Amino acid sequence: MSEPIIRFSNFGFKYNAQSKPTLYDINFEIHSGERVLIAGPSGCGKSTLVHCINGLIPFSYKGEQTGSLTLNGKETKELSLFDVSKSVGTVLQDSDAQFVGLTVAEDIAFALENDCVETEELHKRVEKTAALVDMNKFLTHAPGELSGGQKQRVSMAGIMVDDVDLILFDEPLANLDPKTGKTAIELIDEMQEKTGAAVIIVEHRLEDVLHRKVDRIVLMGEGRIIADMTPDELLSGSFLSDSGIREPLYITALKYAGVEITPNMKPSSIRTLSLGDEDINKVVSWYNETKKSEPSDDEKILLETNGVSFTYDNGHKALYDITMNVKEGEMLAVVGTNGAGKSTFSKVVCGFETNQEGTITLEGKDILPLSIKERADLIGYVMQNPNQMISKVMIYDEAALGLVTRGVPESEIKEKVEKVLKICGLWSFRNWPVSALSFGQKKRVTIASILALEPKIIILDEPTAGQDYRHYTEIMEFLTELNKSGITVIMVTHDMHLMLEYADRAIVFSGGKIIANDTGANILTNREIIEKASLKETSLYELALMCKIESPRDFVSRFIDFERTTQRGARIDE
Amino acid sequence: MNNLFNYIDRPSPIHRLTGATKFLCLMLWSFAAMSTFDTRLLLALSIASILMFKVSKIKWKEVSFMIGFASVFLIMNTILQYLFSPQHGTSVYGTCTYVFSGLKGYYAPTYEQLFYVSNYLLKYISTIPIILLFVCTTNPSEFAASLNKIGVKYSIAYSVALALRYIPDVQRQFHEISQAQQARGIEMSKKASPIKRLKAASAILIPLVLSSMDKVEIVSNAMELRGFGKNKKRTWYMGRKFNTFDILAIVICALIVVVAFGLNYLNGSRFYNPFI
Repeated sequence: MSEPIIRFSNFGFKYNAQSKPTLYDINFEIHSGERVLIAGPSGCGKSTLVHCINGLIPFSYKGEQTGSLTLNGKETKELSLFDVSKSVGTVLQDSDAQFVGLTVAEDIAFALENDCVETEELHKRVEKTAALVDMNKFLTHAPGELSGGQKQRVSMAGIMVDDVDLILFDEPLANLDPKTGKTAIELIDEMQEKTGAAVIIVEHRLEDVLHRKVDRIVLMGEGRIIADMTPDELLSGSFLSDSGIREPLYITALKYAGVEITPNMKPSSIRTLSLGDEDINKVVSWYNETKKSEPSDDEKILLETNGVSFTYDNGHKALYDITMNVKEGEMLAVVGTNGAGKSTFSKVVCGFETNQEGTITLEGKDILPLSIKERADLIGYVMQNPNQMISKVMIYDEAALGLVTRGVPESEIKEKVEKVLKICGLWSFRNWPVSALSFGQKKRVTIASILALEPKIIILDEPTAGQDYRHYTEIMEFLTELNKSGITVIMVTHDMHLMLEYADRAIVFSGGKIIANDTGANILTNREIIEKASLKETSLYELALMCKIESPRDFVSRFIDFERTTQRGARIDE
Repeated sequence: MNNLFNYIDRPSPIHRLTGATKFLCLMLWSFAAMSTFDTRLLLALSIASILMFKVSKIKWKEVSFMIGFASVFLIMNTILQYLFSPQHGTSVYGTCTYVFSGLKGYYAPTYEQLFYVSNYLLKYISTIPIILLFVCTTNPSEFAASLNKIGVKYSIAYSVALALRYIPDVQRQFHEISQAQQARGIEMSKKASPIKRLKAASAILIPLVLSSMDKVEIVSNAMELRGFGKNKKRTWYMGRKFNTFDILAIVICALIVVVAFGLNYLNGSRFYNPFI
C-alpha cells in the first residue's frame, strides 16, 4: 500500500490552557482518494482533531503533543502552517467567515494571490475553478448577494484552486437547508471524483452525509476513537446510539420493529438497504400495532394574523397576505429556506418591523399599536446566537435586565428571576459570569431573560442550530417542558427532525407566502411541498414504500407518536 | 455594494486609472488647491474638476446626497466666517471698498471680503468633485492592490479591503441586536435621557463586540489556512499595471502643484490681489 496522506500513531494532544489531554491514543490513516466521515458528540475532540490535520495545531493553538502525526510521510510539527495548507484544504463551517474577498473571484483567488501567482494566470485559474463549482456566472458578486449554498461553493472553489491532497469539510451542513445540504453532499462527491483528493467530512448529520458513498466512518468519544469501520458495519452495531449520535431515521424505525441489522443488508443508505421478507413482516406488524394519537382541536386561538403583507424600505416585498393562527399551548414550527419570509414574519409579529397591510391580534386584541417594548411583554423573541443578546456579565443580571428596564420593584424582580432561573436549570449558576457557560447554557440564559417578562408566546430563531444530537435533545426537551407549563412556543427552523419530532404543527413559507400548514409528518411526505420549500423527503417514507405499507404518511406519524410517547423520556434519563 | 466606497462601475478613462494614481492625484490636487488663493488657478481647477466629473460618466444624481451634505457644511462655514471676521478680506488685500457707499461699519459688506469668500468657496468647488470622483471610481480591492504596489505593506493594504468586506455584516448585526435589545426594554429613541441612551448603546455594543470577536478568530484562521502571510509579497487578482495615462495624470497633478507655488511666488503672497 502507498504512503498514507495522514497517519496518526499513538497521537495525543493537550492544550496548554487545560489540565487534561483532549486527544488520547489516536491511531488512523487516510489514504489517497478516500472519503472518511468523522463523527462524534460535541466535546469529543473532533474539532481538535481537525485542527491537528489542517495545521492550526500546533502552529496557532499551542499545546503538548505525544506520539506522531505525519503528512505525506513528514512529521507535521516539523513543517509550517503554510506547508500543511499546501496539502490540506479546509472548508470551514462558517462559510460566511471564510469568505474574505470582496467578490467571488477575489475570494477564489485568495490562496493563489498569497502564493504570488501572476495576475493573468490568476484570472485563468479562477475562471476554470469557478466553472467547476458552477459559479462562473457570479464572479463579480459580493458575498451579501449569495445564498448559503453558493457561499459554500465559493469556499470549495477557493480550496480547489490549489492542488491539495486532502480536503477537510468542517460541518458542511450546519448552516444549510435540507435540500441545499443534499446538493452540497452531491457536490463534494463530484469534486472528489474530479480532483481525486481524499475527503474528510466532520459532521453529525450522519444520514445526510451518507446520501453519497463514504468509505469509512471514524467515530470519536471523549478524546478517543471508538470505531473506525465501514458505514455498513457501523450502522449494524449500537455504536451510534451509545455515543449520542443520531442514527438515520430508517435505522431507528427498523430497530423499533425488532429487525436485526447486519452489514449484509447494506444499511448505510436507504437506497442500498435490502430487507428480507421476514424483516418486512416485522416492520408491517409493528406498524399495525402502533396506535396513532388523535389530535384534539378544541384549543383556544392565541395569536392570529390576517392578510399580513410586508415590504422592506428597498422595495423588496417579503410577505404576501399571511393569514395564520397559533393556538394556546401549541408548539409550532415555522419552516422555509433562507429568504422565504420566515424571519421577516417573526420580526413583524414581534414588532421589529411594521406590516403595511393586515391585522395581528393576540387573544382577540389588536397588537399593531403596541411598541416593540410593549409587544415584548406578550411575545418574547430569542435570537439564534446567544452572544448577540447577552450584555451583562453575571447570569442573574442578564436574566433580570428586562425587568429592571421596566422599573419593576426589586423584591418582585428577585422572585421572578429566581423562578425562571430554576425553570431553566440555572439557579445554581446564578452568581456565575455568563462567559463561563457552554453555548447551550448561554442559550438557556437568553431564554430565561425572555421568560422573566412572562410572555404568552416565545419565538425562537433556529433554537438548535449547530448543536449535536445530545444538546439538541436537551434543548428541545427543555422547550417541551416549558411548553407543557403553558407557554406557547414558535420555532423558526430549517431542521426537519425538529419539525417532525417536536412540533405539533408546521407552517411552511416559500417566496413570502404560506404554502402549507399541517403536521410535520404530512408535510415531509408531500412531494410538491418538499420541492417548493427545499425540504427533503424523510427516509421513513421510503422505508414505508419499501415495506409496501399502503399509507406511508400514517407510517411516519405513527413512528413520531411512538418516539414521543415511549422513547423520548427514556433517552433523557440515560 | 457597500456604503463607504460608493464604487460605481462605468467605462471611463478615469475608471481606468489605477487606485494608487487616483489617490496620489487627489493628494496633489487638493494640496495645490489648499496652498493658494490665486483666483485664476482656482477657477481653472474648478472648471477642470467639473469637466472631469462629466468624463467619468458619474451622474450628479448618484452623488446628490454627498454634494448636498457638503454644500450645507460649506454654507454654514462661510456664514460663520463672515460673522466672526467680516473684515478679513480688507486686512488680506490691504484696501477697503464698500459695496454700498451708504453702508459703513464692521459688518458692512466690502468687495475685498466678498472676493475673499468667493476664493474660499472656489477652493472647495475645485476639490469636492475630485474627492467624490475618487470615491465613486475606485474599486476598493483594486485600491488595496495599488496601495500595496506603491509600497504600503500588504497586510495593511488588505485590511482596507477586509474592513469593507465586513462592514455590511456588522451593520446588519447591529440592527438585529438593537431590535432584540429594544424588545427587552432598552430605550434607544430620543425620548430617553442622554445617560440612558449611553447605557442603551452599551447594551448593544457589548453583544456586538463579543459576537464579532468570535468571528475575528475564525476569519484569521481562514486567512492563515489559505496562506495569508506566507510570503513577503503577494499578487492581486484586481491588480492593474501602471500605464502611460497613470504617469501622465500624476505628472499633470504634480505640475499643478508647481504652478500653485509659482503663482504664490509671483504674487508675493498666497493671494492674487486685483484691488491694487
